[in-house]
Amino acid sequence: MSLENSRNWDEFMEGIWKQNPTFVMILGMCPTLAVTVSAMNAISMGLATTFVLVFSCLLISLMRNVVPKEVRIAIYIVIIATFVTAVDYAIQAISLALYDALGAFIQLIVVNCIILGRAEAHAAKNPPLPAAINALGMGAGFTIGLLSLGVVREILGAGSLFGISLFGASFQPWVIMVLPPGGFFVLGSWLLLFAWWAKRKERLAAAVEVNQHA
Amino acid sequence: MHESVGQIIISALLANNFVLAMFLGLCPFLGVSGRLDTAFPMGVATTFVMLVASLCAYGLNLLLSAFHLEFLRLISYIVIIASAVQLVEMVLKKYSPGLFRALGIYLPLITTNCAVLGVALFQTAREYTLAQSLAFSFGGGAGFTLALVLMASVRERLQLSDVPGVAQGTALSLMLAGILSLGFMGFAGLGG
Repeated sequence: MSLENSRNWDEFMEGIWKQNPTFVMILGMCPTLAVTVSAMNAISMGLATTFVLVFSCLLISLMRNVVPKEVRIAIYIVIIATFVTAVDYAIQAISLALYDALGAFIQLIVVNCIILGRAEAHAAKNPPLPAAINALGMGAGFTIGLLSLGVVREILGAGSLFGISLFGASFQPWVIMVLPPGGFFVLGSWLLLFAWWAKRKERLAAAVEVNQHA
Repeated sequence: MHESVGQIIISALLANNFVLAMFLGLCPFLGVSGRLDTAFPMGVATTFVMLVASLCAYGLNLLLSAFHLEFLRLISYIVIIASAVQLVEMVLKKYSPGLFRALGIYLPLITTNCAVLGVALFQTAREYTLAQSLAFSFGGGAGFTLALVLMASVRERLQLSDVPGVAQGTALSLMLAGILSLGFMGFAGLGG
């Protein structure tokens, strides 16, 4: 892999792992908790957000030298709102059932802090290609975050995955998981798990160091 | 839609609380709820922005519908909200600089608070009249403030208690929010 490729790869992976918007930066919480009652909803929301993210970052990056600093936020918001309107109409045309399930949260992509955050922190300072790659990585990271919530909530709360029943008729669904409190609990548990994992790694590293000195 | 103004307020305040039941405005809910004396003003400022945004959005929607420009709705709403936030920011800066500093970055971020845009979008989708729209935004704002204040009170208490290291920070806040949300589920059905 050449240097150029590996730099692009790092740019892409940043959003998926080191700066994961859901689990590390805790951004864009509203759609994360609201639409993840099923895995299908989670994926659609993730893809819609990724689309808006990539194209707004691309456009903002192309315009980065002509946008005056004082009004940049307003311009970014209008650009983002334009793409969201396009996505909104597209989803309405493709699947009305999905449109009803996601509800107002498609239009609320406009105020997803991930997008404005990326625009301000990355796309406004970098050339189009890295900006788009970085945005793609962030979008993928966000989709993974949504999916990891959607899968858990759908399995526990409805006993199915992507609408396919897993446990048969005798399964007693844990209804609270598809209701609002379940969203908070599942995301909280994921964060607990990651915090525990990080602590454990730290402890193991410390133990190895002690062994080396002994 | 024949809901009375009172019904809408109660529903937006408790049964369909913006934060705990509809997941709107979670960023400030998790971000500013550390201390009670910033949580309450933040709630009031957001409520004010909501009322202004709701009023303007209502008028704007009439205008857009008259010219069949519904596809511009989202873009114009967000511009209105940004201007309303700018207004609140200038007023606060002039009359309460201390509070202005305490709210810091979260003040301009009211623009990207989904609760504010949510109010404008929901009132359009549900075809509320002017009085209903204002009641909805007031109830929603009050509900947001209520959730913020409850959360801040609990978190102030928690600062004194011994929490396991792994659970500190956002994980704990989310669990707390989940429990609060469970409590608010008890209001389901109130206000129709």
